[in-house]
Amino acid sequence: MIRAAALLAAVLLALAVPATALAACAKTTVADLEDEVMCPVCGTSLATAGDAPLATQERRLIARLVSQCRSKDQIKSQLVAEYGTAVLADPEKKGFGLTTYLVPGVAFAAGLAAVIAAALRWRRRRPPRPLAAAPGAPPPDSARLDEDMRRYDL
Amino acid sequence: MKRLLSPASVAALAAVAALLGLLAYGVLSGGDKRGIDQAIADGKRPAVPELRLPRLDGAGRTSPADLRGKVVILNFWASWCVPCREEAPMLERWHRRIGARGGTVLGVDALDATGDARAFVRKFGISYPNIRDAGGERLKPFGIAAYPETFVLDRRGRIAAVVRGPVDEAFLTREVPRLLREGT
Repeated sequence: MIRAAALLAAVLLALAVPATALAACAKTTVADLEDEVMCPVCGTSLATAGDAPLATQERRLIARLVSQCRSKDQIKSQLVAEYGTAVLADPEKKGFGLTTYLVPGVAFAAGLAAVIAAALRWRRRRPPRPLAAAPGAPPPDSARLDEDMRRYDL
Repeated sequence: MKRLLSPASVAALAAVAALLGLLAYGVLSGGDKRGIDQAIADGKRPAVPELRLPRLDGAGRTSPADLRGKVVILNFWASWCVPCREEAPMLERWHRRIGARGGTVLGVDALDATGDARAFVRKFGISYPNIRDAGGERLKPFGIAAYPETFVLDRRGRIAAVVRGPVDEAFLTREVPRLLREGT
């Protein structure tokens, strides 16, 4: 009886250890990576690639690497080795991909320059301020107001 | 006229022109499909683009240029591509059929997991050489948009025929024997 109980305990322990180890070692998940990598043939992120054959293969590969306790960066490196840099959601920082980084900056600089140029032009074209009234003389508006008040004085 | 040529207008026009240029570059750099297909339709045989790549089995590098003097059936495939699985046995048959007459099949596995690709080769008993374009960077000059695609090269390394999509017996029977009869 004691031997049977010990055997049962050993079996349970043997089943529990890998599950615990797996849970402890997993550094990322397939779902966590899906929006950070592309399905190169689909032209979309893996998250939106559906059941495309290449996307299915990528998910299977990622799941295998996750089960091997690889980190997110290690998995991405492996994906690049298998599918090239196009698998990364970030565009390449060379060639035509460079425009993705340059165009927003250039557009912002151009917009800023346009705003500054427009402001300078507006400032140049503003009509000259009216000359200040001589000291002691009532301002034209005040004089008109006084006149009106007198006229309607009850 | 003076108002049109103000610095702000010139800058805006330059920005629009630059964006249009980028758009045109992006569209035109998409591949050379039309160039190759049009040249073949015109009866020309364009030179095969450079394609020296590592072999899938890890045994060095191979290029169609190394096979100059042979008629080469250049087949682009991936293990996840369903039609590729269907045509693989036929390509293996053709490889065995034309080997003694100076012909070969050369596979190009692209955008594929190495392990799956090697399993594909084992599963279909493929004996012809395969090279691997991991990132698919070499697909553009061939204008490849989908798998599988097959090019037939003459003995001088020029593209003599192309089929966009699955290849069939009729295409190979029409194109390959006539090229095998040609000299170098």
